[in-house]
Amino acid sequence: MLTALILLPTAVAALLMCVPRTAPRRLFLTLWVATAAVELALTATVWAGYRPGGGMQYETQVNWIPSAGVSYHIGVDGLSLPLMAMTCVLFLACAVYALRETRRVREFAALFLFLQTTCLGLFAALDLILFFVFFDLSIVAMYFIIAGWGHAAAPRAALKFFLFTFLGSLALLLGFIGLYLAADPHTFDIIELTEANPLATRSLYGALVLLAIGVGLAVKTPTVPFHTWLPPAHTEAPAIGSVVLAGVLLKMGTYGFLRIAMPVLPGAWREYALVFVVVGVVSVLYGALVAMAQTDFKRMIAYTSVNHMGYILLAIGAAAAVDAGEQARQLAVTGAVFQMVSHGLLTGALFLLSGVLYERGRTYEMAAYSGVADRAPLFAALTGLAAFGSLGLPGLSGFIAEFQIFAGSLGPRPVATGLAILGILITATLFLRAMQQIFLGPTRLPALAPGAARPFPDLRAHESAAVIPLIALGIVLGLLPRFVLDVIEPASRTVLELLAR
Amino acid sequence: MKGMNENPLDLLPEVMLAASAVIGLLLGAWLPRHRQWMTGALAAAACIAGIAAAAVAAAGPDTTAFGDSFAIDPVTGASRIIILAGTLLVLALAAGPLNAHPRETEFYVLLQLAALGALMLAGAQDLLLLAAGYLLASVPAYTLAGFRKDAAGTEAALKYYVVGALLGVVMLAGVAVLLGAGRASMYPMLRTELPMASTGLVMTGTAALVAGVLFKIGGVPAHFWVPDAVQGSSAPVAAFLTTLPKIGALAALYRLAAVPLSDTLIPWPELVAVISAASMTLGNLAAFFQQDVKRLLAYSTISQVGYLLMPIVVVGATGLDQQALLFYLAAYTITNLGAFAVVCALPDAHTIEDYRGVARQRPLLIASLVVCLLGLVGTPPTAVFLGKLQVFSAALDGGYAWLVILAAVNTVASLFYYLRWIAPTFSPRTPGPAAAGPKTAAGVACMAATASIALGVLANPVLEVLATPIMP
Repeated sequence: MLTALILLPTAVAALLMCVPRTAPRRLFLTLWVATAAVELALTATVWAGYRPGGGMQYETQVNWIPSAGVSYHIGVDGLSLPLMAMTCVLFLACAVYALRETRRVREFAALFLFLQTTCLGLFAALDLILFFVFFDLSIVAMYFIIAGWGHAAAPRAALKFFLFTFLGSLALLLGFIGLYLAADPHTFDIIELTEANPLATRSLYGALVLLAIGVGLAVKTPTVPFHTWLPPAHTEAPAIGSVVLAGVLLKMGTYGFLRIAMPVLPGAWREYALVFVVVGVVSVLYGALVAMAQTDFKRMIAYTSVNHMGYILLAIGAAAAVDAGEQARQLAVTGAVFQMVSHGLLTGALFLLSGVLYERGRTYEMAAYSGVADRAPLFAALTGLAAFGSLGLPGLSGFIAEFQIFAGSLGPRPVATGLAILGILITATLFLRAMQQIFLGPTRLPALAPGAARPFPDLRAHESAAVIPLIALGIVLGLLPRFVLDVIEPASRTVLELLAR
Repeated sequence: MKGMNENPLDLLPEVMLAASAVIGLLLGAWLPRHRQWMTGALAAAACIAGIAAAAVAAAGPDTTAFGDSFAIDPVTGASRIIILAGTLLVLALAAGPLNAHPRETEFYVLLQLAALGALMLAGAQDLLLLAAGYLLASVPAYTLAGFRKDAAGTEAALKYYVVGALLGVVMLAGVAVLLGAGRASMYPMLRTELPMASTGLVMTGTAALVAGVLFKIGGVPAHFWVPDAVQGSSAPVAAFLTTLPKIGALAALYRLAAVPLSDTLIPWPELVAVISAASMTLGNLAAFFQQDVKRLLAYSTISQVGYLLMPIVVVGATGLDQQALLFYLAAYTITNLGAFAVVCALPDAHTIEDYRGVARQRPLLIASLVVCLLGLVGTPPTAVFLGKLQVFSAALDGGYAWLVILAAVNTVASLFYYLRWIAPTFSPRTPGPAAAGPKTAAGVACMAATASIALGVLANPVLEVLATPIMP
């Protein structure tokens, strides 16, 4: 079941590549949307069959390279299932948004479908090498998406993205090899490594492995000081490339911390948790401050991602304080997972909307726009909702996530949490300023985009169909978060039990 | 050990290749020009039969031939299969451009003799046989480098020859010194004798011997011939030079480390670690801004040698060294030959600029190029990724963490120049006449790319075979 879910998009992608390029554009796009919809339906089925609190489910383990300790081992639990569902929602939104795409559609659709496989595979992987394979392949696919369909300076940005994240992935690989060699018998299996806790008694070795894995995941997340690849990659990527990059690929880093670093290296994690708290708070504040200094709408959203990922790091760092209350720490971890889902939905929506903005005005410069709300009220309303959700307004999913993170972290790390709350204030300021600039005031728009009939039309059908469900989900999760929290909470309890060993 | 065993059937793959070379030479003298391809077909048949014979021999028990001078064990078996399969691919690459060439037969014969030299290097268990293998692998290769008889080819052959002759003499001196120190040339005897000899003497002899082997491997500091020889010679020859002699020589180096030098006091791991670090770093740095694709690949092979030397650093210190080396060799051979096959398939494209926009016209070929180049970087799930995983694991297990970190950093750096080549192929600008080329080469490229992924995904049986340890 899970294997079909993971491999179906790549199978369709291979099929698409066999259809001649001259076939009608519609065929490729329709197949793409249909596949994404089937994927979402499959995930919904998996969710429906999932028993919250039942631990790892839908497990499949097949020998792959036993002599190297590698197996094809997948499964879902409360950490991965919400992320997989979010991934499928985002990919469907991307496919719908891309219905008007005209440039090399066959390859575009195939790459995105392949990327979906890597993303789902990574969240389901229970073997370090399998995790790494999907991790690296996601980088390769994203490189080609940015380089091939991005804006003018895309090749450079794509190269930077590839080099940075590839460096991170190799650091990760070194850490994985370290774990492999430490385990007896040698294995890359995450479940076995988690049970064995191979580095419990070797603190220096454990610290080095955690350093390698931490750097690898921090580059991907990204946290300060490894975030410099993110803004150019986002600015130059096509809109839906940014959606997947911010919505899904960044989560691979934070998910890796929860899936690998915390359960397999509990001793080292507890010892060095403060480092992650500090890095998290610095990312929160630095990301927010730099975002405030941006004049480019998309770049600004990119920096708010650094800020939001910082909250997650703060939460998982704070959760390591074993002497603090169990309930608070569980709140922090649950909040971190919830934040991943919420950020994926809302930032995904914001990036789609920034794509809409670019399509209308051919620039992301906020100063070029003014009074857009008059022309495009729906666009303005949705952007406003997504932005408020992103900064954590009650009633939207961001609030639930950030409230849990702060409530959970305040006890163990009061100073750090106090500083991080400032981040919310700064993001609120910058989003309000951006909206004031773009939507309010006298109407002023950049010169007409070539081919546009009238200046700044409101959202078209395919654009609304992509954006509205994301924001609607954000509202649903903000008002009725229980059905997701019920899935996450048992899993975060398990993580904490493993961490307390 | 069985004492004197002079059964030529033990050397069946080598004998068949030699016989096919000799028969080919005779046949070539009689065949009309447009039928000379038959000598090539004969060579291919000898390779295929050799692979089969090697597989049969590998399935049997380990043994030695001709009085311990030639070992038939997993290292030889794997090297035989890799070298012969590589030769087969090079034959396929050469068949197109050489068709009805006035010296077609000579090319095939020289290629087979050079491959035979590599086979002898891989199996040699005697210093004198090693030296003979070195010469047999080198002399035909010098001629191949200058085969086109143009200015660039002449320069290539000359540089290759001068460096090779110099280091060959140094190597012979090393053999003489070790012979004096150990009073034997057979490895098993040297293993017991050398630890008792003066360490200074053994060190001198080893350094001189390694210089020669390193020339065949193309590692720093004996790498100076690589870029010029590769750029100057024709693409199929370049594919050959950068791949097959290396396999034999690396197997020889591994055997040297594992048998005669294993119990001596010389600082072998440190020595090889420095060579490995220098190779991967210098090769990478030099490759950064190359415009000529053959030259770029030449430097990339130097850096690959650095990774290939890592398991030889930790011989004996970990149980993972042998399978790591052999698997990486197989993965590297198929992937590197695939990259060169793409170069062969586009004979008019010399620089990276010439590849601009080719992806639209030759999507399958460029897809193979992407797979092979990203494979050389070590992107999963290609074979080199698994090779790197093995090599890194072996080196970490052997206590060489600094070398592994350096290799990881170098891997990232290498990504930069491979991407410099990949990126323009997808740009929209329409290319010049670079689109046409031999069909076989394109087929080989496709096959190599597929094989590289297949070997990565279905690696388990191969790894299990390679893990059988060699005789002491």
